[in-house]
Amino acid sequence: MSQITPEIVAEHGLSKDEYAIILDRLGREPNLVELGIFSVMWSEHCSYKSSRLHLKKLPTQAPWVICGPGENAGVIDIGEGPDGKGQAAIFKMESHNHPSYIEPYQGAATGVGGILRDVFTMGARPVANLNALRFGRPDHPKMKHLVSGVVAGIGGYGNCVGVPTVGGETNFHKAYDGNILVNAMTVGVADTDKIFYSAATGVGNPIVYVGSKTGRDGIHGATMASADFGENSEEKRPTVQVGDPFTEKLLIEACLELMATDAIVAIQDMGAAGLTSSSVEMASKGGAGIRLNMNKVPCREEGMTPYEMMLSESQERMLMVLKPGKEPMAEAIFRKWELDFAVIGEVTDTGHMVLEFNGEVVCDIPLGPLADDAPEYDRPSLSREDYQAWAKPGEVGEVPASADLGADLLKLMGSADLASRAWIWQQYDSQVGGDTLQLSGGDAAVVRVHGTHKALAMSTDCTPRYCYADPYEGGKQAIAEAYRNISAVGGTPLAVTNCLNFANPERPEIMAQFTGCLAGMGDACRALDFPIVSGNVSLYNESKATGGGSAILPTPAIGGVGLLDDYSKMATIAFKKEGDAIWLIGGETGHLGQSLWLRELHGREAGAPPPVDLAAERKHGEEVRALIKAQAVTAVHDISDGGLLVTLAEMALAGGIGAQLDMELDVAKAFGEDQGRYVVTAPAGVEIPAAQRIGTVGGSSVAGASLQALREANESFFKDWMEG
Amino acid sequence: MSFRGAVVTFPGSNCDRDMAVALEAVSGVPAIRVWHGDAELPANLDFIALPGGFSYGDYLRSGAMAARSTVMQSVIEAARRGVPVLGVCNGFQVLTEAGLLPGALMRNASQHFICRNVKLKVENSQSLFTAGYSAGQILNIPVAHHDGNYFADDATLDRLEGEGRVAFRYAETVNGSARDIAGVLNEAGNVLGMMPHPERAIEEALGSSDGRALFESAIRSLVEA
Repeated sequence: MSQITPEIVAEHGLSKDEYAIILDRLGREPNLVELGIFSVMWSEHCSYKSSRLHLKKLPTQAPWVICGPGENAGVIDIGEGPDGKGQAAIFKMESHNHPSYIEPYQGAATGVGGILRDVFTMGARPVANLNALRFGRPDHPKMKHLVSGVVAGIGGYGNCVGVPTVGGETNFHKAYDGNILVNAMTVGVADTDKIFYSAATGVGNPIVYVGSKTGRDGIHGATMASADFGENSEEKRPTVQVGDPFTEKLLIEACLELMATDAIVAIQDMGAAGLTSSSVEMASKGGAGIRLNMNKVPCREEGMTPYEMMLSESQERMLMVLKPGKEPMAEAIFRKWELDFAVIGEVTDTGHMVLEFNGEVVCDIPLGPLADDAPEYDRPSLSREDYQAWAKPGEVGEVPASADLGADLLKLMGSADLASRAWIWQQYDSQVGGDTLQLSGGDAAVVRVHGTHKALAMSTDCTPRYCYADPYEGGKQAIAEAYRNISAVGGTPLAVTNCLNFANPERPEIMAQFTGCLAGMGDACRALDFPIVSGNVSLYNESKATGGGSAILPTPAIGGVGLLDDYSKMATIAFKKEGDAIWLIGGETGHLGQSLWLRELHGREAGAPPPVDLAAERKHGEEVRALIKAQAVTAVHDISDGGLLVTLAEMALAGGIGAQLDMELDVAKAFGEDQGRYVVTAPAGVEIPAAQRIGTVGGSSVAGASLQALREANESFFKDWMEG
Repeated sequence: MSFRGAVVTFPGSNCDRDMAVALEAVSGVPAIRVWHGDAELPANLDFIALPGGFSYGDYLRSGAMAARSTVMQSVIEAARRGVPVLGVCNGFQVLTEAGLLPGALMRNASQHFICRNVKLKVENSQSLFTAGYSAGQILNIPVAHHDGNYFADDATLDRLEGEGRVAFRYAETVNGSARDIAGVLNEAGNVLGMMPHPERAIEEALGSSDGRALFESAIRSLVEA
């Protein structure tokens, strides 16, 4: 074995102090295999060393939460299924930012593959995919390539595995020029008595490897995702994994078939850090030890070393602990689906991870230090006041009056952040499964729970410019908007997953963003009974590749999940009928700080973001859900980016009917982004309590902008950009 | 005698359950599920569906490997005996690769995957699959494919048109298909291949129920036969 030099330690992304801990815990120098294993387990990506301390403060409990953070995905109770058995929704969101910037198609595709495995590992059939995407300026020379690659990659993987991609969000901002964000979310449904966990137990139980063979791809992906980009990010292309959605589809079916039996003790997918993290996590959760014979690992090419096998991030692989004697039955299922199946080791009681290769022990590490003694940092952070002084969001000040609100509306509807995303979502199979009731073009996406009257409502949300200007209010707003979008279709918001994308945590201002957003999210989750059940942290999202140390905007992407008891009562945003009255719930204060109007019309990102009154948010959400349940309203849409007129224009375009407004409008009322608000329509003569009547459905324009012009503005952005 | 409809599953099929749900919704009888590796089809089938998806990952060419799987020999024999065979999306690709239908399905002209509801015109309302529609009727049916650009040489296209074997045509620009052809019949009229998904349009909650009549007319023709 080679001598471990300080250079080798540094190449593995370990600090001197961290290496000293390894020497102390082992009582000797590690060999290269052992060093590699420590390096990936202690990477930011796997150990959450900068974030763990703060994540512990998030609310994770509610009576309907079956399993919170710590497993592969979060699990919530969604009532009875068609056979009267209890059912659960299992979901998580995860980032694949760094690989997607380097190689957009495969980066995004394997992001989808990875999150799918996190969900079906737990026994759920995946029923919906969503994606939260952030790109740089559309006129950045690389951006067209990145957007087309990411969208094709998400479609290429999701379409093939047969899970509908039903929603998500896409934003553009120069802060992502050198570091795009690709966050993928999967939601699955399982029977509550068939949920699978990852703790390896039962000394002597066989450890089984299934799925694809192990190749040399993706070695050190987790370490890569834990450092910021240097100038030559293309050099890291070989660390990006290559996905095979066809194998994933077979793996889903084979795993679910085996899960219907009683053969599995524990199961875990091989995601970041591959065989290392799956085997270490399974053994340490079970308080057990593990012995693997590396000669048994199915390999794609000859001559692979244990080091390569342990660090490979080849896709579409799972690790299972089976009950003894079940191997032949399990093997028959995997062979039927033409997948590899190999018993590669067993559970032990040594508390050590022991790897053998060619009859020799090539690794012997106590599991305690690997998983539990991983470093944890309380990194320095700026105070709220110091952060404000650093971020300088400035004042909105006097804003010019608008000469023509309709012209402003047209400009907003054609802007990159508000333009129709049809170009994107038409590349995704959104309907496979035959249960898609609504895409997230309006508010939440809605997918029926197969064979029942229930449906899941899902939405991804975050407004990064708010988070930058005020991390605490921005964190609150991200949760509140998910709550609002689910309420707007008639769903009861139940729980959220998150994907916390931030820049370098070693900078105190970035830590201030992180802790501020988390504090806001925590308060909002508590106030709205909307706990966080799973999540992922992606740090070091900054890049020198585009010149300057450009950090991304703080982007804590939220994936909310809610439940409709009866999907036939689901609300949509489209205006239904001429003559219906238009009502505004939540009033207006005309908050223009950080509004899209200020940015798109006047080129300024200024002011404080709109504050979120959590009590009002909850009250208005409950009112709207009650109205939908009573079928008192004909259309519902929340007010978010772009304010009231954009909301009305979206409802008008969806229904093909205009709006005639009775209210006096000024810029602040038209485009202010005050929170906790909805527009609803109701048949004439129906009073909507605690709401303000603002107009009538009818005509073919909104605030002087014709529907035809609005549609052209809305649909031309992507067409002109991508096909022009 | 009750209806015996079968849905074939290839590795990578992903609309097999949806097809089985549609068949059961319309016929009232659960569909029989057939595995690609089965040497023989179940006896006395009234109807065979090849579903959408990505059989064998679309590797080589979409439908090419599935067309050579064990069960397809039996499907080809059944089709020659006159058993109705419906291939949707990847199933259509398999039927052309298996030689049961003429032509080929190339990459969409836009090069992109396309998923959306499209306007579909019924060209032939006399076949056992389309008797529930009237000629010229416009349907709202979803498409979801990357390789749906139908190609055949002019002589073949002329023959298909002349023999009334163009079942459906797109009534809008979709994927670059020759003469906007969306679905074709074999010479005997008992094999239909189409790119749009009628099984995704069987109830209004999903956005359209225009696909239902296709299954209804196929099943009715069998009951009346």
